[in-house]
Amino acid sequence: MARIDLKSLAHSYFPDPKGDEDYALRRMEHVWEDGGAYALLGPSGCGKTTLLNIISGLLTPSEGQVLFDGKDVTRLAPEERNIAQVFQFPVIYDTMTVYENLAFPLRNRGVDSKRVDERVREIAGMLDLTGKLKQKARGLGADEKQTISLGRGLVRDDVSAILFDEPLTVIDPHLKWVLRRKLKEIHNKLRPTMVYVTHDQVEALTFADKVVVMYGGKVVQLGTPQELFENPAHTFVGYFIGSPGMNIMPCNIDAGAAWIDGKRIALSDRHMEAVSKASGQIELGIRPEFLRIETDSGSEGDNGIEVNIVKVEDLGQYKIATTRFGSSEMKVKVSEDQQITGQSGILRFAPEWTKLYADSQLVA
Amino acid sequence: MNKITNNKAWFLVLPVFFIVAISAIIPLMTVVNYSVQDIFDPQTRFFVGADWFRQVLEDSRLHDALIRQIIYTGSVLFIEIPLGIGIALTLPRKGWGVSACMVLLALPLLIPWNVVGTIWQIFGRADIGLGGYALNMIGMDYNYSQNPMDAWVTVLVMDVWHWTSLIVLLCYAGLRSIPDAYYQAAKIDGASNWAVFRFIQLPKMQSVLVIGVLLRFMDSFMIYTEPFVLTGGGPGTATTFLSQFLVTIAVGQFDLGPAAAFSLIYFLIILLVCWVFYTVVMNAGKREEQ
Repeated sequence: MARIDLKSLAHSYFPDPKGDEDYALRRMEHVWEDGGAYALLGPSGCGKTTLLNIISGLLTPSEGQVLFDGKDVTRLAPEERNIAQVFQFPVIYDTMTVYENLAFPLRNRGVDSKRVDERVREIAGMLDLTGKLKQKARGLGADEKQTISLGRGLVRDDVSAILFDEPLTVIDPHLKWVLRRKLKEIHNKLRPTMVYVTHDQVEALTFADKVVVMYGGKVVQLGTPQELFENPAHTFVGYFIGSPGMNIMPCNIDAGAAWIDGKRIALSDRHMEAVSKASGQIELGIRPEFLRIETDSGSEGDNGIEVNIVKVEDLGQYKIATTRFGSSEMKVKVSEDQQITGQSGILRFAPEWTKLYADSQLVA
Repeated sequence: MNKITNNKAWFLVLPVFFIVAISAIIPLMTVVNYSVQDIFDPQTRFFVGADWFRQVLEDSRLHDALIRQIIYTGSVLFIEIPLGIGIALTLPRKGWGVSACMVLLALPLLIPWNVVGTIWQIFGRADIGLGGYALNMIGMDYNYSQNPMDAWVTVLVMDVWHWTSLIVLLCYAGLRSIPDAYYQAAKIDGASNWAVFRFIQLPKMQSVLVIGVLLRFMDSFMIYTEPFVLTGGGPGTATTFLSQFLVTIAVGQFDLGPAAAFSLIYFLIILLVCWVFYTVVMNAGKREEQ
């Protein structure tokens, strides 16, 4: 178990990178705590697997350093780094039994056979593989094969970190849920440092203590699931986390308010002070959860605007109303008991949850 | 449920039946016909039962040829399979080197068999051949047309040169089908190079290797053209393998009865060995799964 330091780390697949766009991973500086469960979350191609492979040593970064507990491991091969990694698709040794598969990483390191047996049985017990230990791995289904791969990642208890590269992609939904809980359980019990790559926000938010959101080769935010939800540091986080994502609209700032398509939304002094120092394209963002819609023909007031209601989707536990004013569209999460009648209503903004972004970065 | 029976479908099988009959069954039956009769001319023929078989089986020349053949085929497999696997493992996995290696490897496979024989016949000659001359220059008394050992080695080396590429290409195809993640996982699991070979590469090559071994067994067991051109079976009978022996009986001495009996035995040996090998390998695979 180790703390992972990424020191001014950057990587480019080109031998001679020119501009920022040549970098698969932009320069970053991070400290990941010992015993933490981190999820690397982002869309395909955002550099999360690149980052994982740099940590595991399958890739040597073009710039910067990786430290495990303060020790520089940047140039070390994976087997010298003392890590475990689970891949997207099952990797099993066909000719071996399930037991031998699980024992393989231990035996390669000369662990004595009593200890091997102990560990293999413990991990097999956690992953419900006990009954299959004597079977050849070849004949098993994809789910079971991937479970074995997971087991091989977990079987060593002396690793610096366990890395997961979208490990549950091939698993069916129900088992996915079960395995995710098992992983969480194992993490709570043994506290290994875990890094989990995924593009599925539900997976990231349920698994991790801290989520690292990546976008375009950069870490745009590192925080707890709650921080990501309440205080997205980047418009991408707002949009990517949450279902539906944050409403984000370009706006003008004037006379203590934000103006969107000629409509006025009053801002607090805190907003005004921060935005006066910012430059670039200003956008206003608010989560659908923090908007309210009133259909009983009240007046706009200071923090409300009149909108057309385009459609209402009933998702069982709540409703999503899509509203429009001018060319802007906003989604609102409405509780199940609120009746929405008519074509128009007043959209009310909660000032404390209204966020302002300059060039996609949070300012207030 | 009423099942509709329509036997017209059988007509669709007829073309295949005719082709197989003409290409395999009828010629084979002709051989069977020859093997049980003593034929002098179309009108004079005697049924001799198993006489020819008995005669052939007791023929010591055949025993010698069979032993030679077994040693030869054994050596071919023993050299070509490990060598082919070894070369396949060292081939580049990407870049321009891949195509270059593929072309170089495929070249020997594209050369007609009697041309291969001729190439080596000239190459090995002590007077004008590059190989033979060079060997004599460095002080080896090499002459494949007089020394049986030299003849043997030359025929073997020629086969290795000609056919190892086949094993290499098959193994390479098998190796290429292994996803990178396997190698990465093995690295992280701390596997040695030997363990990677034993537990990842070899299992993935197993099915192509079965095909490779079968092909090389059958081909080398039936080898005729190359030694015929290179050594003509000599010196003496040192490189006279089964096919060549058969041709000597059938064409040289025109003993069609014994030749036919011998052909059938020859055919059965190959069939039997292939079947046993295939069944054993496949059953081993199945047993593992249970």
